[in-house]
Amino acid sequence: MAAFSRRHFLQLSALAGGGMALHVYAAPLGRGGVGGGQAGGAAGLSPRVFVQIHPDNTVTIMAKGPEVGQGVRTMLPMLIAEELDVAWSQVHVEQAELDVAKYGSQFAGGSMSTPTDWDPLRRVGAAGRQLMLAAAARRWGVPMSACTTSEGHVLHAATGRSLSYGELAADAAKLPLPDESSLTLKAPHDYKILGKATPGVDNHALVTGKPLFGIDVSLPGMLHAVYQKCPVLAGKVKSANLDQIRKMPGVRHAFIVEGDIRSGGVPGSDPGLEPGVAIVADTWWQAQAARRELKVDWDTAAGSPDAAKQSSEGLEKQAAMLLKQPPPYSVRSYGDVDTALKSASKVVDAVYSYPFLAHANMEPQNTTAHFKDGKLEMWTTSQTPQNGRESVVKHLGIADNDITAVHMMRTGGGFGRRLMNDYMVEAAWIARVVGAPVQLLWAREDDFGHDAYRPAGWHALKAGLDAQGKVVAWSQHLVTFGEGRHTSSSAGMGPGEFPAGHVPHYSLGYSTIPLWLRTGPMRAPGANAYAFIGQSFLDEVAHAAGRDPLDVQLELLESSPFNGGGHGFQPARLAGVLRQVAEESGWRNRKHTAGRGMGIAAYACHLGYNAQVVEVSVDQQNRMRVHHVWAVTDVGSQIINPSGARAQVEGSIIEGIGHTVLQVTLAGGHTEQHNFPQYPLPRIKNAPQMHISWRITDNSPTGLGEPALPAVIPAICNAIHAATGKRVRDLPLSRSGFSLA
Amino acid sequence: MSLKLNVNKQSVEVDVAPDTPLLWVLREHLSLKGPKFGCGVGSCGACTVLADGHAIRSCLTPVSAAVGSAITTIEGLSADGSHPVQEAWANVDVPQCGYCQAGQIMSAVALLEQTPNPSDDDIDMAMNGNLCRCGTYVRIREAIHQAAAANGSKHSSK
Repeated sequence: MAAFSRRHFLQLSALAGGGMALHVYAAPLGRGGVGGGQAGGAAGLSPRVFVQIHPDNTVTIMAKGPEVGQGVRTMLPMLIAEELDVAWSQVHVEQAELDVAKYGSQFAGGSMSTPTDWDPLRRVGAAGRQLMLAAAARRWGVPMSACTTSEGHVLHAATGRSLSYGELAADAAKLPLPDESSLTLKAPHDYKILGKATPGVDNHALVTGKPLFGIDVSLPGMLHAVYQKCPVLAGKVKSANLDQIRKMPGVRHAFIVEGDIRSGGVPGSDPGLEPGVAIVADTWWQAQAARRELKVDWDTAAGSPDAAKQSSEGLEKQAAMLLKQPPPYSVRSYGDVDTALKSASKVVDAVYSYPFLAHANMEPQNTTAHFKDGKLEMWTTSQTPQNGRESVVKHLGIADNDITAVHMMRTGGGFGRRLMNDYMVEAAWIARVVGAPVQLLWAREDDFGHDAYRPAGWHALKAGLDAQGKVVAWSQHLVTFGEGRHTSSSAGMGPGEFPAGHVPHYSLGYSTIPLWLRTGPMRAPGANAYAFIGQSFLDEVAHAAGRDPLDVQLELLESSPFNGGGHGFQPARLAGVLRQVAEESGWRNRKHTAGRGMGIAAYACHLGYNAQVVEVSVDQQNRMRVHHVWAVTDVGSQIINPSGARAQVEGSIIEGIGHTVLQVTLAGGHTEQHNFPQYPLPRIKNAPQMHISWRITDNSPTGLGEPALPAVIPAICNAIHAATGKRVRDLPLSRSGFSLA
Repeated sequence: MSLKLNVNKQSVEVDVAPDTPLLWVLREHLSLKGPKFGCGVGSCGACTVLADGHAIRSCLTPVSAAVGSAITTIEGLSADGSHPVQEAWANVDVPQCGYCQAGQIMSAVALLEQTPNPSDDDIDMAMNGNLCRCGTYVRIREAIHQAAAANGSKHSSK
């Protein structure tokens, strides 16, 4: 395996007090291309993990990356514990600090933890087990092959002797490292930890209200900050009533921050330090109360002269005009789409759209920073703390070694929002001005107003059918955001987007609209929008052909690919989950009753394959309720933690329901949604019955943070069509007259 | 202004503006970090605590209105996480990011006080004010049923 291609990748050292520590370097697993959207995360990983075996036979396993609710603090240590052959109850998980030189890349994104760490972390465990066997064999003067391990003990069956790992750790620390070729990994049927539902390691602390999160950080003498930015991106402060603010109770500092966002062009997802007014007080509530009296005269044109003229209505008009022309830029084109459409027995064409969305993670963005004697220490809630560190260095103009520590706190939701680190830069800037420990905490309104939104988009599609109802041509024109050929963050499409490579004639092109608004990756970026487009339109095409959409999709997936297929996409795996979900949901025997219907959809992204069947009802007032969701996912040969894995699917289903009803709109260059009442995320009453299962295949295990989200959205819309005859081509559902019951 | 509060069965005195929301008094003056800030407008329920056994949104409750009530935060449910709702939450493995869960648990405790054996509809009604962005709702239902069953068996064994 790639992970073991380097020699001497393991390091061993003795711990004070007679323990042993194992360090490991590993090369990253290749990313592999799966059709559908862009990956949300950074490049490959190179983890270095610490395992410590203590004399009392407890085992400390470092959690190297940020926990944002995806369950890695539990799941990754399970991999090591399994092959080390210790009981899970012996294991204590500790959070690593940010130190990429020591731990390798530390980030949470792109569903990459499982594929990256599956092999290296199991080998860390296996190497540790091997050392224990060697130490025991030497102590007893018996061959290693006569010894076995179980639950943190080495056993010698012939004599009935047994020693705990804790008793062997000091000896083991002096041994040479095992040769990588001598390591054997367990066969799956011997697993005692993997495949067993394992509750989160922080559950006890969470249910007792322990201070785990970034917002819970408290330091002696700590002050609290709010930061008021212009509703229009990068608008500058012309003047503010700072003298009045400084007189408010508890306020210690109030000052203007110039900011450094480059004006003009199209902003990136994390374009820099936004200008604004910082208010720093003894308590956060005092800072927030003072902000209510703040009056700022903004230059809303500072970032872009026409920024304040931007509106959702205007963008929609521009998109409609662009869709009337052929796309100026091509993503992929082969065959002869125009001729194929002309000679097709039937042509289906439609225009689809979806809105901007906000991440809206529950814990508002925050960072605690302490700048003292030119040295900075931070406590943060980032999915990409190293990027955040580099941003702070860049925007504050300090040296990397001026940052003494970055502590990764448990994080109240990621969803891609915390791939960006604007709040970290703001906190560091404010802390440097103030010279005391400061916690910057955004109010919910700051978050809705200053997100890097899931970009809206518009698609014109045409599909040609032959006399047998087979799809022979597909053309798609995306209108997205960007400047010329360059698309805004998370706003482009790739050449592997299904059905590319699975129809004889295909073309995908795009046009761009310049937009002065941050866009960025949001859970299953790209995929969460393009699944709705492709899988809804395919359903529409199947109905036009008078065929079952399942048959149409399977036919595309199971015939020989064209033009190199879907660029790494494995069609048999998508067909596999589709067949299984159809079986489990009774799709073939579904009944057609007025006001109730089932929809089906499938999608592959982030190395995972997922298919879903959704059953909805729609009442006389067009209120829609999702009753049942069947979800089948293929993420390879092993479900590592079934409880955490199911949780990711459950959460994806709820999030997908949200995608059908939510939107962020623009007026006057700023967003019109300010808090949860204007952005009605799904509630418990919206939660359907879920039937979640796996399709186990002979592929290396991959991640679940994202793959189970995209297909829910078109499956719901297709079910609405089945229930009402009305095709949903525009999200949110309110645009088609539907609401959530 | 000095106010006397009863929080987690202890009498405490805080010197704070009377219109300060209870949430910030708990978090910033009493160092009780269990109740969370999510929206500040009573819409998400992350700040839920009990006042005389009833679930309230502490982000919207002026501290002056809490005087005279017995306030319970998640820290006051049990010393060791042994309250049946806490145990059920950990067993069912409800939390994903976990940020909203203190508020969810407090709403669930209040529900079970009123309705010891709730139906799914009862649960949905009582818990609808508590947002979970990770979407743990099906496990919240399951955990509440499990806690109700645990309570039931405790009562019947008395």
